[in-house]
Amino acid sequence: MKELLSGNEAVARGAFEAGVYFASAYPGTPSTEILENMAKYREVHSQWSVNEKTALETAIGASFGGMRAIVTMKHVGLNVAADPLFSVGYIGAKGGLVIVTADDPGMHSSQNEQDNRNYARAAKVPMLEPSDSQEAKDFTKIAFTISEEFDTPVILRLTTRISHSKSVVQLGDREIVPIKGYEKDIKKNLILPAHARLLHKKVEERFGKLKELSNDFKYNFIEYKDKKVGIITSGISYQYAKEAMPDASFLKISLTWPLPEELIREFAKNVQVIYVVEENDPFLETEIKAMGIDVVGKELIPEVGELNPYIVKVSLGVIKPYTPKQVEVKATPRPPALCPGCPHTSVFYAINKNKLIATGDIGCYTLGALPPLNAMDTCVDMGASITNAIGLEYALKKAGDNRKIVAVIGDSTFYHSGITGLIDMIYNGAKGTVIILDNSITAMTGHQDNPGTGKTLMGDEAPKVDIENLVRGLGVKNVRVIDTYNLEEVIKTVKEESERDELSVIIARRPCMLLPDMKKKKFDKYEVDETKCTGCQMCVKIGCPAISFDKNKKKANINYDLCVGCSLCFQVCKFNAIKKV
Amino acid sequence: MENKRIIIAGVGGQGILLASDLLSDAAMRAGFDVKKSEVHGMSQRGGDVVSHIVFGEKVYSPLISYNEADVILAFEQIESLRNIDFLKDDGVMIINTTKILPLPVAAGLMDYPEDPIGEVKKFIKKTYVVDAEKIAKELGNIKVMNVVLLGFLSKNIKEIEKKYWDESLKERLPEKVFEINFKAFNRGYNLEEK
Repeated sequence: MKELLSGNEAVARGAFEAGVYFASAYPGTPSTEILENMAKYREVHSQWSVNEKTALETAIGASFGGMRAIVTMKHVGLNVAADPLFSVGYIGAKGGLVIVTADDPGMHSSQNEQDNRNYARAAKVPMLEPSDSQEAKDFTKIAFTISEEFDTPVILRLTTRISHSKSVVQLGDREIVPIKGYEKDIKKNLILPAHARLLHKKVEERFGKLKELSNDFKYNFIEYKDKKVGIITSGISYQYAKEAMPDASFLKISLTWPLPEELIREFAKNVQVIYVVEENDPFLETEIKAMGIDVVGKELIPEVGELNPYIVKVSLGVIKPYTPKQVEVKATPRPPALCPGCPHTSVFYAINKNKLIATGDIGCYTLGALPPLNAMDTCVDMGASITNAIGLEYALKKAGDNRKIVAVIGDSTFYHSGITGLIDMIYNGAKGTVIILDNSITAMTGHQDNPGTGKTLMGDEAPKVDIENLVRGLGVKNVRVIDTYNLEEVIKTVKEESERDELSVIIARRPCMLLPDMKKKKFDKYEVDETKCTGCQMCVKIGCPAISFDKNKKKANINYDLCVGCSLCFQVCKFNAIKKV
Repeated sequence: MENKRIIIAGVGGQGILLASDLLSDAAMRAGFDVKKSEVHGMSQRGGDVVSHIVFGEKVYSPLISYNEADVILAFEQIESLRNIDFLKDDGVMIINTTKILPLPVAAGLMDYPEDPIGEVKKFIKKTYVVDAEKIAKELGNIKVMNVVLLGFLSKNIKEIEKKYWDESLKERLPEKVFEINFKAFNRGYNLEEK
């Protein structure tokens, strides 16, 4: 049977067909849908872990028990999981272990465009790179075979275009793979230095065998056509290059690490000029040049940003750059924004009003940095809001700067890596304020459950982590829970706690407006009474997409269809010009 | 045949992904190789959304380059302008009359562009304008606006016979919303091209 699947759906299908029993992940664009689709197969235990490190460690546990396990994450998630990655590179995989990294060239939803092919080289583990959904499914299955045959974890690298593109996939049946069972084996599974020294030798031997595999691997293949031009490429770049130069000769690499050296040498002998077409880092290029083979790569193909057929064609000189149509009316930019009724809005309004420094974090609420709220100073990585605040507080104090800092972090990010930071704060006597924006869901990635929601990925009931008790239990004395739709309370609480000369935590709680339960609720919408509106634009400053300002009439307007009745505009209006419909 | 390239563009929440899923599905049912690509994530929060669909005997890239699209379907007026460079000079531009104010416009920092449809018409001869929002409201559910537009689009894709579209709607949509969507599709299909 054929179906149109996204790369992410295809990986889930591949894992199912490969007889996987265990799947774990922390959500992260563009990888999230893999586990969401995995959870549809009831034969597999699928779970959201609290972060990528715990997700990988959990999967390693399942592999210790002799079952096939898969773990998925976005590219920066592998940084969080890098510690267990390097260990399991030595330990190997009793039950097949596949680690999926979904990289984000072009940074559609990410803070950097790191190229995770470098992790395969650094951790000395094999890596497969599919170029469409069929390969995404097939390679997932092959990855499990390689993993068990060579006793190694295998990294499957996707990119945004592979994850989120749909193409035709031939479906297969689930293979029944027996669970091998757990046996104590400390020389392999307990990496004391004495054990690890022996394991490192094995890793190098394994690497030699994997190189041989790469030369014979049927998905590393040569297509000879015109031998004047040869193109070496992998992943989605293969599709772009095929479209750019359909008549050139191709070496398509699917097992990107270790590289098929003999195959590359053979190709180099038979073509006159070699172009390496790859996104981001010159990974293939550097390795091939190190073999003493002359290739053209990043002199032509940009290192920054996502590739597409147009860029590849222009870079290779197939076409001239396109001259845009001379339109006189330009398309207005449409930046993303916090939604109407977003429970975070009032907190950012309060931060801005109180002129506080806000160290930020990763989630929908990072949008609080944009105008008109302008209420975030920094964003580094998951959990950094809290820890950045510790160091910055010290630096400000030393410089005699009296400004106050608040750290702003979402509930899911707090579970992911905020708790350890908060303990750091307590232990090291920091005096800042942590605002936990608790919207009771992992929102940015599309509403995934987390330890605070009371539900698991498989839809079962789960105990809820009580953030208030957790924070008090750690030793924070000043803890306040506020409803973010009460603007006066939010402004007052943020002011009082940020001025307090002691560590404090504000739990700003209200569920995301897009949650099905919230959407069902009845509410009163608001409208502008134009006879009273003075055009002061206070309501516009909350950044609600439902509110617009008519420059000609000098009046505010509320879009009836978009308004969800949060009443923040009603609360900021000093002229009673906003009323219930 | 040459591969057929179609772009559907609009704003998060307008039902673009469902429309492009249905189109890709219909193309697959008609026996073509199909690829479609879009990016989700940040863009869900009121940003613009674009879906590229390519079908034919053999498709390599899921992405469409400048001056390559045969048809662009814009769910919102500004989005037709934003994507105009992807359309072939003799391509078809279908514009839904809906206007959704970008935040900088709503906040009074920028103006909504003056007459995007008129501007597009200066460059693209085959520009068709549809008020799908009105039709969807007449049918009793504004959400089916996307399928009204898809119905209109389908007439401009001669390579996929009507029966494949019907099959696709039947197979891909939940039963309880099939009826209204089927009506919406046919309303769009039977609209006059203007």
